[in-house]
Amino acid sequence: MTGLERIAAAFESARADGRRAALMPYMMGGFPDLEISLEIGLEYARGGADLVELGVPFSDPLADGPVIHAAGTTALRAGVRLPDVLELGRAIAEHVPVIVMCYANQILVRGLERFADALLDAGASGLIVPDLPLEEAPAMLRACEERALALVPLVAPTTPDARLAVIGAQARGFIYTVSLTGTTGERSGMQDGLAGVVARAAACTDVPVAVGFGISTPPQAAAAAAAGADGVIVGTRLVRAAGEGDAPVASVGALVREFAGSLAVAG
Amino acid sequence: MSTIEHRFGPYGGQYVPETLMPALAELEAAWLSARDDPAFGAELNGLLRDFVGRPSPLYQAQRLSEAAGHPIYFKREDLNHTGAHKINNAIGQALLAKRMGKRRIIAETGAGQHGVATATACALLDLECAVYMGTEDMRRQKPNVERMGLLGASVEPVEAGARTLKEAVSAAIRDWVTNVETSHYVIGSCVGPAPYPALVRELQRVIGDEARAQILKQAGRLPERVIACVGGGSNSIGVFVPFVDDREVQLVGVEAAGDGIETGRHGAPLTAGGLPGVLHGAYSAIMQDEDGQILEAHSISAGLDYPGTGPEHAWLRDSGRARYVAITDREALDAFATCARLEGIIPALESSHAIAWAMANGPSQLDLVCLSGRGDKDLAEALDHLGR
Repeated sequence: MTGLERIAAAFESARADGRRAALMPYMMGGFPDLEISLEIGLEYARGGADLVELGVPFSDPLADGPVIHAAGTTALRAGVRLPDVLELGRAIAEHVPVIVMCYANQILVRGLERFADALLDAGASGLIVPDLPLEEAPAMLRACEERALALVPLVAPTTPDARLAVIGAQARGFIYTVSLTGTTGERSGMQDGLAGVVARAAACTDVPVAVGFGISTPPQAAAAAAAGADGVIVGTRLVRAAGEGDAPVASVGALVREFAGSLAVAG
Repeated sequence: MSTIEHRFGPYGGQYVPETLMPALAELEAAWLSARDDPAFGAELNGLLRDFVGRPSPLYQAQRLSEAAGHPIYFKREDLNHTGAHKINNAIGQALLAKRMGKRRIIAETGAGQHGVATATACALLDLECAVYMGTEDMRRQKPNVERMGLLGASVEPVEAGARTLKEAVSAAIRDWVTNVETSHYVIGSCVGPAPYPALVRELQRVIGDEARAQILKQAGRLPERVIACVGGGSNSIGVFVPFVDDREVQLVGVEAAGDGIETGRHGAPLTAGGLPGVLHGAYSAIMQDEDGQILEAHSISAGLDYPGTGPEHAWLRDSGRARYVAITDREALDAFATCARLEGIIPALESSHAIAWAMANGPSQLDLVCLSGRGDKDLAEALDHLGR
């Protein structure tokens, strides 16, 4: 199966099971270290993840809040580099589709074609680049299309309708709907009007709509699903757990199961 | 309808989170409408004249010229209210924010001059102001931290990374992503996503427009060289741009060589070369490793301690219209002391880089040096290094 097909199948399988939405946990590649990071990824798959979003550590992550920024800094200090993270991705991709998340400069420095080849070689299915908006995306979009990889665009509550329509038409894999105006991180409540944000995104695209940023509890995940999301992305809460305590894999595993439970068949 | 550049050759662009894209479009539309509005121009020019003190003088530095062996004129941006060129941009953008109905201003600062200028503009125009500043820079530039507080701004300490300008810009952008509907980000240099590099240049070109007319009047000719320091590059782009079509005038940007380019501890992405890349929303000359991780810059001058530079400078370099050189911490300190002793002017450590290069690189029939700011803020740091 191609990357595009694997992503479509993952959302389809969640739907076929009668679950409320697909679960897509995020992990920072190489945090807290490479070995535990690999175990965390495999535990995500065992715990009910439908897809895994795999972050590549970056020095200046503009879209990320302090927890993910700090996790990336820890990984960089330990010498984690892109090939290391792609090897993690290769192992996780044996179980669930992997979507790599990194920043534009990490792609540009290698060259778009080489970067896309490396993704393909590691068995990744898609790519999220939070600082590559529509205007800057055409070349990367082509490189991904040629390899049947999904370049997943982000849309925000601030994105106007006309722009949303263009982004929705170009979206591959799924559309990443940012639930709030802000960086990644835990929030106590869900932003009002989430259903409207999801409905707006769904109306402009044929691909599934996933919601992320600020989802840190199982009830929030359930609320996102109730708002109509086809997929729910959980990041900071899990990255925080990965950095705490003596048994990070076990605590991350327990959390993922709780999130999966909140999205399971009602009743 | 008038337009504004998004790209300078291959450089520039808008590499930012989607959340900000509508705000950039709104800013661009607001600026295009404001710059064609005579009432806006009259208000801005009135403030530049009566509040900032423009035009700033062009002054022949007689004793320094004798020591250098060729004539050197200073464009005296140090005599502006708040002590540097930064106020030209801060006042313009604060007025624009008000026009857009945004009551909260975000800024970053390295040396503190842009932070002070923005805090000043916000006090004047009754706007809320948050200034992000690395804690290492807060230590180096303590008087400016105190000034910002007195002016009613909240200074937000940034602890990440090397705790200097790069991290302060990142923190300011993150604040903007979160509060974009109520806040305007007054970026301090000709960096960042479009339309900022061109917008800041248009607000800073008053330096070069005045200087060109003044030198023609005072010296009866154009300068052989126009010389200015380059961190992000706003005073240099402002003084360069009106001379770009005067092909006989050389444009020289002076970056921070820090401990020396060969040590890697510098702030000279244009001089050092290497692969271009994306930092803070723009594709330009940056300091990065082979994986695209951004490197920490180093300079004794907090305002030049930045691993990126404005995209228009990268294009002026590649197109051959300007050239870029670098001056070490030590050379800048010597020029700082020399200028104080010979001219009775204490220049900013940033501007001291431009003075150092002009003095050491004759002959020239006439040098125009942008004295971008005054050095009061640098006394503690400079005296410490000069061993006094």
